[in-house]
Amino acid sequence: MISFKMPEKIEQSVVIMETIAENMMRPVSRYFDEHEHEIPWDYIEFMHSSQKAMGGGGTLTDSEKKKKKEGPSISFQRLAFTSEILSWGDVGLWLCTPGGGLGGAAVNATGTPEQKERFLSRYRGEKPVFDAMALTESHAGSAMPAEVRTTAVQDGEEWILNGEKIFVTAGNKALVDSDGFVVIWATIDPEAGRAGVRPFVVEAGTPGCSVTTMEHKLGIRSSDTVSILLQDCRIPFDNILGSPEVVTKKKKTEKGFKGAMATFDATRPLVAASALGIARATLELLKEMLQEQGVEIRYGLPRSKMTNIEREVVDMETMLRSTWLLTVKAMWLADERKANTIAASMCKVKAGDVVVKITQRAVELMGPLGYSREHLLEKWFRDAKINDLYEGTGQINRLIVARRILEYSRHELS
Amino acid sequence: MYSFEPSDEQRMLIDAVERYAANDVREAAREAEESGEIPRALIEKGWEMGVLQASVPEEYGGFGEHSAVTGVLAAEAMAWGDLAIALAVMTPSAYVMPILYSGTEAQKEELIPPVIEAEWKPYVAALIESRFDFHLGEMATIAKKTKGGYSLTGEKAYVPFADQAESFLVYAALDGKTQAFIVSPDAKGLTVGEREKLLGIHALPTFSITLEDVSVPMDARLGGDDGFDSSSIVASAQTTIAAMAIGMSKAALDYALPYAKEREVWGKPIAQRQSIAFMLAEMAIEVESNRLLVWEAAWMLDDDQNAAKAAYLALTGASDTAMSVTDRAVQVLGGHGYIREHPVELWMRNGRGISTFAGMAMV
Repeated sequence: MISFKMPEKIEQSVVIMETIAENMMRPVSRYFDEHEHEIPWDYIEFMHSSQKAMGGGGTLTDSEKKKKKEGPSISFQRLAFTSEILSWGDVGLWLCTPGGGLGGAAVNATGTPEQKERFLSRYRGEKPVFDAMALTESHAGSAMPAEVRTTAVQDGEEWILNGEKIFVTAGNKALVDSDGFVVIWATIDPEAGRAGVRPFVVEAGTPGCSVTTMEHKLGIRSSDTVSILLQDCRIPFDNILGSPEVVTKKKKTEKGFKGAMATFDATRPLVAASALGIARATLELLKEMLQEQGVEIRYGLPRSKMTNIEREVVDMETMLRSTWLLTVKAMWLADERKANTIAASMCKVKAGDVVVKITQRAVELMGPLGYSREHLLEKWFRDAKINDLYEGTGQINRLIVARRILEYSRHELS
Repeated sequence: MYSFEPSDEQRMLIDAVERYAANDVREAAREAEESGEIPRALIEKGWEMGVLQASVPEEYGGFGEHSAVTGVLAAEAMAWGDLAIALAVMTPSAYVMPILYSGTEAQKEELIPPVIEAEWKPYVAALIESRFDFHLGEMATIAKKTKGGYSLTGEKAYVPFADQAESFLVYAALDGKTQAFIVSPDAKGLTVGEREKLLGIHALPTFSITLEDVSVPMDARLGGDDGFDSSSIVASAQTTIAAMAIGMSKAALDYALPYAKEREVWGKPIAQRQSIAFMLAEMAIEVESNRLLVWEAAWMLDDDQNAAKAAYLALTGASDTAMSVTDRAVQVLGGHGYIREHPVELWMRNGRGISTFAGMAMV
């Protein structure tokens, strides 16, 4: 039965999240934008202790937390709300949230119960812990993971990793600032193409794994983006996520690879939700600033009777709401354990478009106010753009949607 | 709890309407458009699907419970076949639903059963007015209180089947507030004008009507002496046409997609070119996301929430979707899309009218 009623449990966490966003994030939003690479420990410690009190957090969903038998799962949906609200607070800080980031999501989506326990239990410790996912290499972004050059070679009970990853979100926090881990995508059979690609977990402190560069970025400046160098980095054999099958059999199978790609079905709506948090923040501030100038938005009028500003705002609200509902649907499908690849890519495409459009228009509409660093509009304009780039650019996600609706393989449509 | 899945009962209705839309409506659509006539048997078959009847409680002659969600699901499925024919089948809904939403008990008992219990008959709403800045909240047609009732003066447009109407529900401003009145086609001072010539929906006969001091009795006013609050009717009107816009957009996507896989250029299907594939992806994304706005507005109507803003956003989104998706469907077909052999040019013409058509059907 079609319903848009927010589950009570989400309603409760929304109130908490909103308080955090408003009181812990917004007041320091500008400071951390202007002090790149400074770590927002206050926020981090607060989130860590509150997550411990609530029994988990971050991107972790019911599957590795204690599964409750009562009622259908809503943990992916709740995650969308968390991502949206905390990104409304400050997206850079949201990306600094300890206890389960993209690396955790990968382990969660593809790990065995033992692996989940081994890698994810650290979130329950005394100190905040971060994780990261390393996929991109300098020669290829969207062509990943098919063109991975980082290698993993089996040596007895270990894998030896070699290569370099770039653009790793929170990589420094995961490897240097905490006892976290990074999920590294590497090939176990360079001849096999993408069938040979697997994610591996590399824990902080592993010899041969080091952070080399910290990027200086357009936005999301409180979140570190690093390069990771792997030089004869040895990890236990059990740190491979998904089946190592392609090496043991001569017949090549993409099963392990496809399983690993399931990560994105969860992380794309998560990024979409984050984008929409920025978009909502922008729209709300825009309306507030207009109201201060005595401009009211009259809903319900035909376009021929609206002012340009009214038309802009109504269009923004329309695109924001429709994309949000699609994002909730993508997460609802995940909770229902139904295929959500199309919905995940769809909401990611549109959220990337929408947040960029809304933030760019808001800066334009507010003129000198929008362009000024006195207000956060210009910051959100900069923060917004990353959402059309990471977790697959808008174009790569369009390609995914197109292939699915056209029932084309990647050979037929690339 | 969120859910994006129709109930089994709704699924059955959707399936039935989809079959009608594909096998009957779509088959007849082009000829109806060119000839300006919809076979009465086709309308009757659509009427017998019972979409409206299922939305009316038993006490008023129906066999169901009012559900705007069920209504939009059916409206989308039917408009997938053809917008004009869907509007024709659902024409009586714009007469019945306002009475069901806002009529007095006596009005419901007297006015609804004759529509619902019979074969399809043109009980019609006269809502739209021919002004560029017309909108549902503001009527230029004026109602004045008289000794025995009300007097109506003004002009209405886009009134379907006005030449054969059984009864009209005429909207007019009473002291600046939008109200509605039941008007008999035989009323003195009521004139039905020429059939309108429009950009699209040629299959649907629409007319202007003129009211000159048309007298109606006291009990002709919807909601009785206190009248009614038009907001939920406006929301219903916007949500319904938005649902139809989504259905038509989906039709355009469903038509362009296999065409693009079939049509070759330089040795491979155009769908294997990103410029076409991305257009199709974006069309699908717009249909999927804007459909949810419609569902949410309908759900709010059923949940007795104020759906005014949600319905307005739904119509805004669906109207833009209809225009952009149908336009792109023509684009994907290239020159062939411009030829009346294919339906995409018709959908593109219909697509431009979505925001104008609000109020021609209701759920």
